[in-house]
Amino acid sequence: MSNTLALPQAIEDAIRRVNPSTSRRNFLKSSGALVVTCSIGSLPGGKVLAQAVGAGPYPDPDYLQLDTWIVIHPDNTATFYVGKTDGGQGTGTAFRQMMCDELDIAYDKTNLVMGRTDITPDQGGSGGSDGVERDGWPMRRTAAEARRVLLELAAEHLNTPVAALRVSDATISVAADSTRSVTYAELIGGRRFDVALTGNNINATTGVAQVKPVQELRVIGQSIPRYDIPAKVDGSLTWAVDVQLPGMVHARNVKPPIAGATLRSIDEASVADVPGFLRIVSRGNYVAVVCEREEQAIRAARQLKVDWAPPAQAPFPASDALFDYIRGAEPTSVSVADVSGDPDAALAGASVRLEADYEVPFQGHTAIGPAHALADPSDGQLTIYSNDMKSYGLRNGVAEFLSLPRERVRVVYMDGPQVYGRTAADDVGFEAAFLARELGRPVRVQWMRDEETAWDTKGPAYTFKLRGGLDAQGKLTALDYASRAVDYNHVNYNEPDTVLIAQLFGIRRANPDPGEAKAPASQYAIPNQRMMASVVSLPLAWETPLRTGNLRDPDGPQVTFAFEGFIDELAAAAGADPVQFRLDMIAASDEDERFRRARSLATVRAAAEAFEWDARPAPNPRLRDTQGPIVPGRGIAFTHRNGTVVATIAEVEVNRDTGRVWCKRLVCAHDCGLTVNPMGLKHTVECGMLHGLSRALWEEVQFDTEKVTSVDWVTHPSLRHSDTPESIEVVLVNGDPNPGRPDLPHYGAGEASHKPMIAAVANAIYDATGVRLRRAPFRRERVLAALRANS
Amino acid sequence: MSVVTLRVNGATREVDIDPSTPLLYVLRNDLGLKGPRFGCGLAQCGACTVLVDGVATRSCIVPTSSVSGEITTLEGLAPDGQLDPLQQAWIDEQVPQCGYCQNGQILTARAMLDANPNPSDAEIRAGMEGVLCRCMSYYRIQAAIKRAVRETAAASFKDAPEPGLEDGAQA
Repeated sequence: MSNTLALPQAIEDAIRRVNPSTSRRNFLKSSGALVVTCSIGSLPGGKVLAQAVGAGPYPDPDYLQLDTWIVIHPDNTATFYVGKTDGGQGTGTAFRQMMCDELDIAYDKTNLVMGRTDITPDQGGSGGSDGVERDGWPMRRTAAEARRVLLELAAEHLNTPVAALRVSDATISVAADSTRSVTYAELIGGRRFDVALTGNNINATTGVAQVKPVQELRVIGQSIPRYDIPAKVDGSLTWAVDVQLPGMVHARNVKPPIAGATLRSIDEASVADVPGFLRIVSRGNYVAVVCEREEQAIRAARQLKVDWAPPAQAPFPASDALFDYIRGAEPTSVSVADVSGDPDAALAGASVRLEADYEVPFQGHTAIGPAHALADPSDGQLTIYSNDMKSYGLRNGVAEFLSLPRERVRVVYMDGPQVYGRTAADDVGFEAAFLARELGRPVRVQWMRDEETAWDTKGPAYTFKLRGGLDAQGKLTALDYASRAVDYNHVNYNEPDTVLIAQLFGIRRANPDPGEAKAPASQYAIPNQRMMASVVSLPLAWETPLRTGNLRDPDGPQVTFAFEGFIDELAAAAGADPVQFRLDMIAASDEDERFRRARSLATVRAAAEAFEWDARPAPNPRLRDTQGPIVPGRGIAFTHRNGTVVATIAEVEVNRDTGRVWCKRLVCAHDCGLTVNPMGLKHTVECGMLHGLSRALWEEVQFDTEKVTSVDWVTHPSLRHSDTPESIEVVLVNGDPNPGRPDLPHYGAGEASHKPMIAAVANAIYDATGVRLRRAPFRRERVLAALRANS
Repeated sequence: MSVVTLRVNGATREVDIDPSTPLLYVLRNDLGLKGPRFGCGLAQCGACTVLVDGVATRSCIVPTSSVSGEITTLEGLAPDGQLDPLQQAWIDEQVPQCGYCQNGQILTARAMLDANPNPSDAEIRAGMEGVLCRCMSYYRIQAAIKRAVRETAAASFKDAPEPGLEDGAQA
């Protein structure tokens, strides 16, 4: 069986990922069906589908062929092939549900293969919370098309018109005579559909069939447990980090000790005594050591003596001086310059004027498991085992980086530690590929903790200057927003000329990415406003540990902190309840794309209702009477992310003696349209919030004028068990003006709840203490200093 | 290199290694165990946790030669295929997001419950404090620990002899 496969069986098994609680074997036993164990892509009888691959080359799977998406097996089960990945948000389970529903097959009779560039169609992998929102549609349409084709085959087989047939769980029967039936397997099991699809691009892929109306969906909407969790809990899953191949060796990188340093020389003799030492590989400022065993490579990388020439000028200001630097820098570009109405005149004529500066430092991904990849150069091909969330981009990028034909490179996506944008700027995948080619052997690379925390891509640091004006009735009449982001030479996804190894090689693109600074989404009626957003650069733009990349909703948490924080300041200045202040401005807004106004009103109201919010202005009037150190407060923040609307209320306790902020309770109202899996969705929303809470309370990249100094879990603290709220409530809202419409869309959920968290916590701290924190994160010493400055 | 004998998940294993090698790499690369994972190499995060004679131990910094006790990895928590109540609770509560850290979360919770079968919320937070999750699944982890405590108590109540019997005749 494994002869047709180019991958070790253990890896195949890991990728198959049949839900262990309802494994195919068990199903087949209980159903009494003929037991045929199919490996991915291979079919009994020697007939091989397009998905079956050997030692390469690996042409692109044709997304315009139905067989690329769906295979019906002789045992009346199905395998779905999709071009996405699942970073742990349960999207794999959701995709399976969507395709089961359209195909009319029980969930337990299916499995799903994701992100494997040689056998799954290129949907780009994951990112931007668009898996369910955008990529679920071609999945649904292809599954619906397969059902349509099967019905036509059944009509012929049963000599009955399609209209007189009915489908239930992969079996088609005559509606009037259920004894006359045929299974999907009997119609096509193990054979090709040979049905062409249409579509100008993969997102538009479709057959002739229509997807089902919402009212006919049965699997979508169920809280089916995630299929990947049992194997993650009992230790049986093979992760990308676990793959071992015969002849495999281990590499570790040696990074410049000072950002922008230049390699002078390497003292190879300094590691000659390390057992298992094989080779030092170096080009430009990239240095790696390769050893037989992992711990040997770690030791050699630590022990290697490298002489580096420091850069002529400091690569960046120290983190303590960062915000002054940003405000004083000449912008490299302007991303947003929008004016509506006459904000200057409106500000001049306002009854109340407010002005505030907000600041957010660089924040990192700091994955719990440092970056890792294994590249195998066997058979003149290159196979990379990787948790890259955009495995297709890694394949294309590596092919270009190493000047290999794309057909000779494939990426086998496997589970890995958190993604959130980091693994698509997949430095280590390129490193493993390069080293494997240099060594001619499979090479596994993993970064070390300090390397990962210092050198991963960063979410851009921001400064904001906001001015606002209220009229005599306390209505917001003018807003002047100006943001600056340190985002010049932003690292995008798997670019062969911006991944770190390319930069260290000395590769420079002629036109660096200008980067982007953002303005808030239009969500309120503000008659006069100016939105300006500019990008600035640090002195060192290349080979820097402060290179920016996409971090979970790349600019959203920063921008929403400033904007929703300032809206909260204006509500307080108006003496208004912060919920009502927002509702009034939403109701008056003409922003209604995807029925956003109605959905926003419903969502903010749902959050307030679930929280049992009593209307009053902030700060909390109980503050005056509170004697002890602990003061309670609550704060709301509201925002959009693509099609999704989210309102979050945080309840905090602030300790006035220690500065500790504990977010005791969270309520999130979340409208992402049609819910595919309520349980999985709620969990993702919940963890998105807590990730945001970590950024609100703890996360900050610190550096001196040479290097990043926050390099581990002591110097770079993160949210812990003791920070966890005692209560989290997620309210799923369907605020569509026509909530029962048959074409209700499904929007994304990977990032929306992450976005408003810094703002919600800051607003709650204000409610508790009467002190406005405009500089994240709200670590104890910063809270204490702010409280003392205001006392 | 020298031969080191380890007791792992109920079996005796011999490995020919540099005895100062941290246990993590021996378990993963020589014995093919996938539960413990590299997270920091500094004993700060807990991803590499194993039990040594029931004590949660960070295998990334422990020299292999210094380990003389019985090692249990995540794979060894369910030796007869019967999931540990914590593993079952982890599934019931659908705890993981990515799941990379959950080895350390589960094994640390196991050691905690072995020492204190009925911890308070505060004791759970304190006992788990040193195990990090960057997907922030903490809320569900804590819920799963409480569920495992409840279900273990319910199971032992069911299996226990009649209350009066124990107090009376046996005393």
